[in-house]
Amino acid sequence: MIPRYQKFLFAILLVASLAMGVGLWQLRERAHQRMIAGENSAPTSAPEVAPAEQATLLVANDSDGSLLTQVHSLPLPADPGARARAVLGKLLDLYAAPDAAHAVPGGGSAVTQVFLLPAPEIGAGADAAVKPKSGGSSANPPAAPPQDAQETGPQLAVVNLTGGFAASHPSGIETETLTVLSICGTLHANLPRVTQVRFLVDGLERPTLAGHADLTRTYLTSDAAPSEGTHP
Amino acid sequence: MRWTQWTLAALVAGGLAGASVSAQPSPPAPQARFVVVLDAAHGGDDAGGRLNGGQLEKAYTLALSVRLRSLLAARGIQVVTTRESDATVEANKRAEIANHAQARACLSLHASQSGSGIHLFASSLAPAQPTRFAAWKTAQATSVTRSLALAGVLNSALLHAGMSVTLGRTTLPTLDSMTCPAVAVEISPERNTQQEISAGLDDKNYQARVAAALAAALVEWRGEAHQP
Repeated sequence: MIPRYQKFLFAILLVASLAMGVGLWQLRERAHQRMIAGENSAPTSAPEVAPAEQATLLVANDSDGSLLTQVHSLPLPADPGARARAVLGKLLDLYAAPDAAHAVPGGGSAVTQVFLLPAPEIGAGADAAVKPKSGGSSANPPAAPPQDAQETGPQLAVVNLTGGFAASHPSGIETETLTVLSICGTLHANLPRVTQVRFLVDGLERPTLAGHADLTRTYLTSDAAPSEGTHP
Repeated sequence: MRWTQWTLAALVAGGLAGASVSAQPSPPAPQARFVVVLDAAHGGDDAGGRLNGGQLEKAYTLALSVRLRSLLAARGIQVVTTRESDATVEANKRAEIANHAQARACLSLHASQSGSGIHLFASSLAPAQPTRFAAWKTAQATSVTRSLALAGVLNSALLHAGMSVTLGRTTLPTLDSMTCPAVAVEISPERNTQQEISAGLDDKNYQARVAAALAAALVEWRGEAHQP
C-alpha cells in the first residue's frame, strides 16, 4: 500500500517536470528564432579595400638557387596575421605564374592561415630541429613573456599550408629549400618582428615538404639572406 | 735458492732485451681507416621525385650509388652504403649506419628535375663544439665545418669536370643526424643559358662524368684527411 503523501509528492514532481520541459522547449524556440534573425546575409556595409602598400618579396630562382628581392604594390590589411597571409599569397601567386623562375603550383590560396605568436627563446627548444614530442610534457613550462615583450618582442610565425600545395610541390632539395627560405625571408622583410617560422600542412605537422625539406623544425628568418635585389 | 736467482736473472735479461727491441725505430703506423658512406636517398615505399621519362628518384640514386661505389672501390676506398636494393630505409637508420661506420665522408645522393647542374648542400645547423653527448637531431653541428670543407672539395672537382655547381645549406633529417663530414649531392639536368636541357638525367655520359668527378673529389679528400 503506497502512503497517500507519496502519491501527492509523485504528482507534484510529475507536474513540475512537465512544466520545466515545456518551458525549455519554448526557450529553445526563441533562441532559434533569434539566431535565424541574426543570420542576415545581405551586406550591411561596403567592404573596405585596404590601401595599396609596398611589399618586399624574396623570390626564389631555380636556375642559380638564389633569392631575389622584389618590391610589389598590393593591398595590405592592417591586421598583422592577415597582412602576412596577403604577402605570402602574392609570393605564391608569382610561383604559380606560367613563366615563374621557381615554378610551384598552388598560388595564393595555398596559405590557409598565418598565426603570429611570441617567439620562444633561441636554444630553449625553438632552435634547430628540436621539438617537444607529443605526450612529453615539460616539468617546468616556460613562463609567459611580459606584456611589453608580447607587443614589441620577436615573433614566431606559424604558416598553415594546404595539403594540395605540399602534394603538388616539385620534389628536390633545392626547390623545397628555396620555397621554405623565400617564405621565411618574405615574412621577415614585411614583419620585422618575425624571427622564427614553423610550418603546418592542413593544420598538422608534416615531416617534409615534398620528401626533402624538414618541416618539423623551427626556421630562423636570418637563414634566408637575399641575393642581389631587383625591382620590377 | 740458486735456481730462483738464475730465473730472476734470466727474466731481467729478457726484459732488457725486449726493451731494447721496443726501443728500435718502429715501422710507420698504418693509416687510419678511410671509409666513405654513400646514401642513396629514398627507396622502397618512398619513391622520391619523379624525373623525366618516368624514372623515379629512388632508382636513379641507387644506380648512382652503385656506380660510385665501384669507382671508389677501384681506388682502394672502403665504401659503406645505406641500401643496395629498392628497400625502405628510415632517415634515422641511414644516419645510424653512417655513424657506426665512423666514416670520413658521407654523401647523400639525390636527383631532381628542377634547377640546373649539381647542387651541393651542407647542413644549415650552426657549428658547435663536440660534446660527450650530442643531440640526435643536431649531431651534425659538430661536423659542419668539415662538411663545408668537403663541399668545397666536391665543388672544385665538379667545376674542374666542366659542370655547373650550386652550393647551399639545407635541413635534411638524415644529414643533420650524421656525425661525419656530410654533404647532400643533388643531380639536376645540365642547362644552357636559355635554360634548355643540354644533358638530361638519363644521359649516360652525364651520369658517368658526375660519378667520376665525385670519385676524384673523394680521392682528394682522402689525401687531405691523411695529412698531419
